[in-house]
Amino acid sequence: MVKIITVYGSMLLAAMGRTLLLALLGLFFACIIGLIFGMLGVVKNKACNIFSQIFVDVIRGVPMIVLAFFVYFGMPYLFNNVIGGFNVTLTALQAGTICLALNCGAYMAEIIRAGIQSVDIGQMEAARSLGLSYGMAMRKVVLPQAIRTMIPTFINQFIITLKDTSILSVIGFPELVNTAKNVQANTFMSFQTWAIVGIMYLIVITILSRSAKVVERRLNVGR
Amino acid sequence: MEDRNVKIHVKNLKKNFGSLEVLKDISTDIYEGEVVVVIGPSGSGKSTFLRCLNRLEEASGGTIIVDDMDITSKKTNINKVRENIGMVFQHFNLFNNLNILDNLVLAPNMLKKCSKGEAKERALKMLEKVGLVEKKESYPSQLSGGQKQRIAIARALCMQPDIMLFDEPTSALDPEMVGEVLQVMKELAADGMTMVIVTHEMGFAREVADRVIFMDGGYIVEEGTPQEVLLNPKEPRTINFLNKVL
Repeated sequence: MVKIITVYGSMLLAAMGRTLLLALLGLFFACIIGLIFGMLGVVKNKACNIFSQIFVDVIRGVPMIVLAFFVYFGMPYLFNNVIGGFNVTLTALQAGTICLALNCGAYMAEIIRAGIQSVDIGQMEAARSLGLSYGMAMRKVVLPQAIRTMIPTFINQFIITLKDTSILSVIGFPELVNTAKNVQANTFMSFQTWAIVGIMYLIVITILSRSAKVVERRLNVGR
Repeated sequence: MEDRNVKIHVKNLKKNFGSLEVLKDISTDIYEGEVVVVIGPSGSGKSTFLRCLNRLEEASGGTIIVDDMDITSKKTNINKVRENIGMVFQHFNLFNNLNILDNLVLAPNMLKKCSKGEAKERALKMLEKVGLVEKKESYPSQLSGGQKQRIAIARALCMQPDIMLFDEPTSALDPEMVGEVLQVMKELAADGMTMVIVTHEMGFAREVADRVIFMDGGYIVEEGTPQEVLLNPKEPRTINFLNKVL
């Protein structure tokens, strides 16, 4: 155990850094995708609602590992060989980010849609009756209340996404699991390697969920 | 009454929800400064009628003209019209994420009706009017039902509307809190506000209304002064209803 830490410690820490980078990039774009498709799910327009629902259903219905292979190998093949005339190459980080953003974005869209719909319709009506536009009412009255109810589910989704980065080891991105595989192959110390990796995930995720609890408490003023 | 200005002109108003016809053919005029109380059994369409007057429900047919603006027309900027029509709901609908003062100044500030300082000043004046200045820092969840409803009235008044709509404002209140809300509404009526009130408070209707409208089955069955409608009703359906509630 000590040998792994002294010899491979910095390598594993760097891999953890790449894991976090991938997770943060994925989450950032997932938030944008989630907000767009979440709003499309609640606006008074059937076409938008259906479009949003199809996106969510398709992404939710495909295992992430398949999505990863599809984005990393399938998409360039489609553009370069099937359609032709393109020369698309994706790095593992780019493909991984797209994959996480799509996957997490679909779940975020559902969280945002459900959060907005959980706010009593009377709040929107009261705001509109004062002369506020739909956008103003959404921004000033509905969304602030919706976000409060969304936060616990958001945190949950962040944690799941952070853990899902490990799936992206299959497309060769040198995140923590992929790096640990190499360490194990070099040392043959399976138990020690995977115990260390497990503890590393545990520490990061515990810090994340604890600090999220603090944020949640702060936002609950006046409830 | 006829020499007064018509504030709201309703002509052949119809409203259906899918195949359910809630309003079948409603025509009436509401005059400036008039207090109109709408009564009727539940399901008669009285709340829907009220909600059509500021287009919270879109009319399926007919016309509604508020201050010379046809609000059933798509071209009318309904947000502008709504600035002049306050509405008070059965379930108060105070903004739960904002404290009382912010509830009152949100719309005036967002719509730039006046400077922030003026908006706050007016909000405090309105809170004084409804007797709740000391609650300005509280959140809606910390107030009683009666207090919430008085705040809701103050919030609507901060936009300085010329018309106020009340949708069963006392129906969700404990009996001992009904009085304080009706008191605020009486003062408002005495100030000359044009008011349309859907309510089950017959005593209040008799005391404050200039005109009572009795609705049933999506039609106006009978209308007139409280004396006429409440004390000497002519239509059998009105008599039947009043016998049940009085």
